Amino acid sequence: MSEVRVLVGTRKGAFILTSDGKREHWDVSGPYFAGWEIYHLKGSPAEPNRLYASQSSGWFGQVIQRSNDGGKTWGTPGGEEMPKPDSPPAGKSNKFVYDTSTATGKPLTTHQWYDGTQHPWEFKRVWHLEPSLSDPDEVYAGVEDAALFRTTDGAHTWQEFAGLRGHGTGPMWQPGAGGLCLHTIILDPKDAKRMFIAISAAGAFRTDDGGTTWRPINRGLHSPYIPDPNAEIGHCVHHIAMHPNRPGVLFMQKHWDVMRSENAGDSWQEVSGNLPSDFGFVIDVHAHEPETIYVVPIKSDGEHFVPDGKLRVYRSRNGGNEWEALTKGLPQTNCYVNVLRDAMAVDSLDKCGVYFGTTGGQVYASADAGDTWSPIVRDLPTVLSVEVQTLP
Amino acid sequence: MIRVVLPPHLRGLARISGEVELDLPAPVTQRSVVDALESRYPVLSGTIRDHVTQARRPFLRFFACGEDLSHEQPDAPLPDAVVSGTEPLLIVGAIAGG
Repeated sequence: MSEVRVLVGTRKGAFILTSDGKREHWDVSGPYFAGWEIYHLKGSPAEPNRLYASQSSGWFGQVIQRSNDGGKTWGTPGGEEMPKPDSPPAGKSNKFVYDTSTATGKPLTTHQWYDGTQHPWEFKRVWHLEPSLSDPDEVYAGVEDAALFRTTDGAHTWQEFAGLRGHGTGPMWQPGAGGLCLHTIILDPKDAKRMFIAISAAGAFRTDDGGTTWRPINRGLHSPYIPDPNAEIGHCVHHIAMHPNRPGVLFMQKHWDVMRSENAGDSWQEVSGNLPSDFGFVIDVHAHEPETIYVVPIKSDGEHFVPDGKLRVYRSRNGGNEWEALTKGLPQTNCYVNVLRDAMAVDSLDKCGVYFGTTGGQVYASADAGDTWSPIVRDLPTVLSVEVQTLP
Repeated sequence: MIRVVLPPHLRGLARISGEVELDLPAPVTQRSVVDALESRYPVLSGTIRDHVTQARRPFLRFFACGEDLSHEQPDAPLPDAVVSGTEPLLIVGAIAGG
């Protein structure tokens, strides 16, 4: 029977939730890396027991952890071998250094600061880890201040794709309230040279040459809070989702507005429709129905909690515009949580499972594509990210 | 023998229990102590000082003998009591952030 493994990153550690394919009874393990912020952890599609975790702290900086056994044991890559469980880690997989070499194009060294002045790029943390679809040793990392890094040696060393930060618009990139973070990385399963990334608050970008050059893909986004509401960059994209069978179709939850693109981001159309609020952070796509998408509306940019005290996932079965509230099993009174941008995921079982975590520390699961929900755990630290692995 | 006390998060990261003891040649400085720590425990690289600038991370402080040494120059000699092992060098996570 299949097994499901849910990887949960929180403000104070990581947790791993496992169940069989029925998804009725769950085992909870953790906290791993207790006391550290785990912005994201994700497994390799090519080798599911290979997991990577971004462990960070405002005090102690960034560490990348790796597991080769599905999260039972962890270590920091960087030595010749992974450390034994009781011995000191030999590695130092935490060195993210911006590429300032002349050989790779003299990348920029400043971006726009909150007061309009130019500010040096300063590495703060890894927001998102995206393992390669085919190589367990290859992983992409989206970082703050916004840049894209890659490892090809299992997270021993990291190199920047300087062409992104060196894009001509770079001096105009400005941090959002959460910082200048590259938080979304989507790999095109049908074109190894194409990937999509999103930065708050610069917008979305695409490469078609494996990361050497990038182009903004924000046409059709409308952001009234910036001087030129139709600007090429400056849009606060919160998250993007794609169904692997249709990599040209993208769905976006923006600061305000839910958007859809039919042409790999070349242009976008709004599909917010009848949502009670089109502000939000998460968006995801059903594993087997490319036109079925999920969002969790949030009241506003000033009030980061669900509207009316009701935790409602909204589902559209026709790619947007027409949305239905999914409420069975979710609190419908006195609930004021948020669901952050990386905190929703779907499994690939039939029926499709949907999972999300809240700032209140609950992780909810639906084993029937969102029709009904139940909490797996209720009282974790603030949930920053949720990923799911469907195991044979 | 230099004695170093690390904050709990870094002890956990490096799987250290108790104090770290280091044998260092004179002059013993903040820089030589952190160099030795990173050499023995590579996972600590970048956690006490920045990879590139080598500056002390903002929310870490160095204390010894009841004194805050955080703003001393990295190559300034540490107090004799630290060098002799009578007093430990304390690397402390600042109380910050609520």
